[in-house]
Amino acid sequence: MENEGLNLPNYNIPEDIQNIVAVTTLDRLYNWGRRSSVWPLMFGLACCAIEMIAAQTARYDMARFGMEVMRPTPRQADMMLVSGTVTKKMLPSIIRLYNQMPEPKYVVAMGACASSGGPFKEGYNVVAGIDKFLPVDVYIPGCPPTPQALIAGMIKLQEKIDKQSIKQVRWYTKGKVDANYVPMPILGPDLIDVRRNAEYKAAAAVKATQESA
Amino acid sequence: MTAPASTSTLDASAQLSASLVARFPDSVTADTRPGFSGFIIKKENLVEVATALRDEFGYDLLSSVTGVDYLAENKMEVVYHAFKTTGGPNLVFKVQVDRVDPIEVPSLYEVWTGADFQEREAWDLMGIRFTGHPDLRRILMWEGFEGHPLRRDYKEAFFEEEAKPFKSRWPEGNHKYAEFRTPHRDNLIFPEGFDPDNYKPENEDELYFSLERSSTKREEDALKTDHIVVNMGPHHPSTHGVLRVVVELDGETITSLKPVMGYLHRNHDKIGERSTFLQILPYTDRLDYFNSMANNFGYVTTVEKLMKIPVAERAEYIRVIMAELSRIQNHLIFIGMLINDLGSMYTPSLYAFEERELILDIFEAVSGARMMCNYFRFGGVVRDVPDDAMQKIKDLVHDRLPGKTDEMERFLNENEILLARLKGVRVLNAEDAIRHSVTGPCLRAAGVPYDLRRADPYSVYDRFDFDVAVRYNGDMYDNYLIRFDEIRQSLRILEQALKQIPQGSINSQKPQYQVRVPAGEAYGRVESPKGELGFYVVSNGKPNPYRYHVRAPSFVNLTAVESMCKGTKIADFVALLAMLDIVMGEVDR
Repeated sequence: MENEGLNLPNYNIPEDIQNIVAVTTLDRLYNWGRRSSVWPLMFGLACCAIEMIAAQTARYDMARFGMEVMRPTPRQADMMLVSGTVTKKMLPSIIRLYNQMPEPKYVVAMGACASSGGPFKEGYNVVAGIDKFLPVDVYIPGCPPTPQALIAGMIKLQEKIDKQSIKQVRWYTKGKVDANYVPMPILGPDLIDVRRNAEYKAAAAVKATQESA
Repeated sequence: MTAPASTSTLDASAQLSASLVARFPDSVTADTRPGFSGFIIKKENLVEVATALRDEFGYDLLSSVTGVDYLAENKMEVVYHAFKTTGGPNLVFKVQVDRVDPIEVPSLYEVWTGADFQEREAWDLMGIRFTGHPDLRRILMWEGFEGHPLRRDYKEAFFEEEAKPFKSRWPEGNHKYAEFRTPHRDNLIFPEGFDPDNYKPENEDELYFSLERSSTKREEDALKTDHIVVNMGPHHPSTHGVLRVVVELDGETITSLKPVMGYLHRNHDKIGERSTFLQILPYTDRLDYFNSMANNFGYVTTVEKLMKIPVAERAEYIRVIMAELSRIQNHLIFIGMLINDLGSMYTPSLYAFEERELILDIFEAVSGARMMCNYFRFGGVVRDVPDDAMQKIKDLVHDRLPGKTDEMERFLNENEILLARLKGVRVLNAEDAIRHSVTGPCLRAAGVPYDLRRADPYSVYDRFDFDVAVRYNGDMYDNYLIRFDEIRQSLRILEQALKQIPQGSINSQKPQYQVRVPAGEAYGRVESPKGELGFYVVSNGKPNPYRYHVRAPSFVNLTAVESMCKGTKIADFVALLAMLDIVMGEVDR
């Protein structure tokens, strides 16, 4: 959306009422409102959280893009900024927070750890990327990403919002409301992703037959 | 300069050795393995010897407890480091037991309460059972997790080789995604015959039972109220990250509390043992992510101790300058965040972040990264400070920071709300702090002038004229003011360092990817802004350390949180937690 202007360029509005009348589509109005008030969940995991705070301070000032209103409760948040290493122990809490967020909701993976496990990938308690569980909208590279990179990622998210149409979005489509519900993983002998239980069993069976043979 | 000091400590340690062995001829022997030092104490007499060390020899503060798994010798060793709060080098003593489960060592909880969390960590990660520990639960992993990951024979799901660099990465680079090498295509290990459908996860009864519910006595005529248990975190805006605290409340008064951690346990020690000595350096940045320079400092000091190499003169000064700059920004952020926790959202921390950005600019100019500097190298630093960055440091130290510190003090110190919230609220008294192994500003605010830069000088700190900041009330207001005192002392050190810094080489060694580290052990410690940051490294002459352990000040300071907060109001708890200045990256590692 150029210059955040709402007006459709094809319509000629008389000059004297240009500041009070705009002709636009519903999609544009809807997206303009949403993209200008993306409220992140106030939620820091690791080192990246510090750069996230820095991005909100006077020097970088994320408030310029309407994203400064950090909400401590997931019920009021639009976007989850996964800022740091996701560990197996923390994962159930993250999933619970995500499930509690109302639609529309977005996930931004900030930094190498949240995107892929990063330098800690080999660790026994590390989940190699939050995208194994949550649908990620924007990945921001860096370890940690600078505040500029974070803001660039946020602007990418805004561009993504701009392309959505009110007719097709998931949260207004019948039957798709809970499409993004993620079942809670269980902390067992290791992290149990309950969606993959059958797979775990099959792998165990294959191993057993290999050993017996 | 350093030569006379080292001979005197040698004499002192020889004396101590003689008197300790004379006192306990049957149970104490000197550790004679080449490169190792300290004493080996018989398991049966450990508590007795430890009590004597504390009461008769004056080693009142237990610094570090950790285990080492000697798989080849079939031994499990527990290593203790203790020191005197009056200063001097630390004392090392060890207990060796056979590596046959159950591995049992008597707990030193009764002697030094500071052993609490560290023994729990050794149980969790190494599987050493400390008999007599009142609350031996897993601490970093969850109850029900399979195995003890820091044992040498534990292999992670993504395990590729014993040691880096992995052969698959060079020279042809036939690297496969780690996921494709595992049966579950994920970072998962399940025990044989594991049935996920019928699995019942462990409940958290143990945790809730560990709260001292029955201990609170009630008066007969008091209002009959129920105690409630509140879980704060791991997602909570005032816990500074992903700490979870289980609090039991009587009305608004805390009757019992247990911190639960491990939500950011990134397996620092295990990854460190696979990495080469140089490869560990960037990981140390991510321990206490506010002070990557201080972490680098601690780690390179330890490895230099093992390698017995000198440090280039100019580099010593650069190190001190960077460490003190990071101390200043840490304390500024601490003050901003503390007041944030007291309810004044954002504005004070914005002031703090303004100065922090200027200091980070300097870090970026010298190292290329704002936060994760990875700047130090064994024998020096990686590159010289450019002239314009040096000028920036001078401007900051001489012109800007002193005035800005005064300004912040003027804004805040006499603020009515701040006074009402902080003054007279007890944090710790000296005995409690020492018993719980608390180090850093919290210990000094309780009236113990213990600062490693003076007590056991490292680098070139013995050349500077500065005072150890100390305050005596031990309340929150003192804990807050001492941060300003320390900023001022850091500025004093910086002024002298900037005047004295010589020209010359910045590294005494050739730049190299693989350093030769002789076999042996070393415990290096520096005064990080949060307290004593210690690194315990055991080398067996290979490119990778055999054992690598971080004694994180935030983690050990957290031991005291329970006794600190009992009897206070829940609203004060948030501020008390802020006083400890914990960083979860360092607590959980």
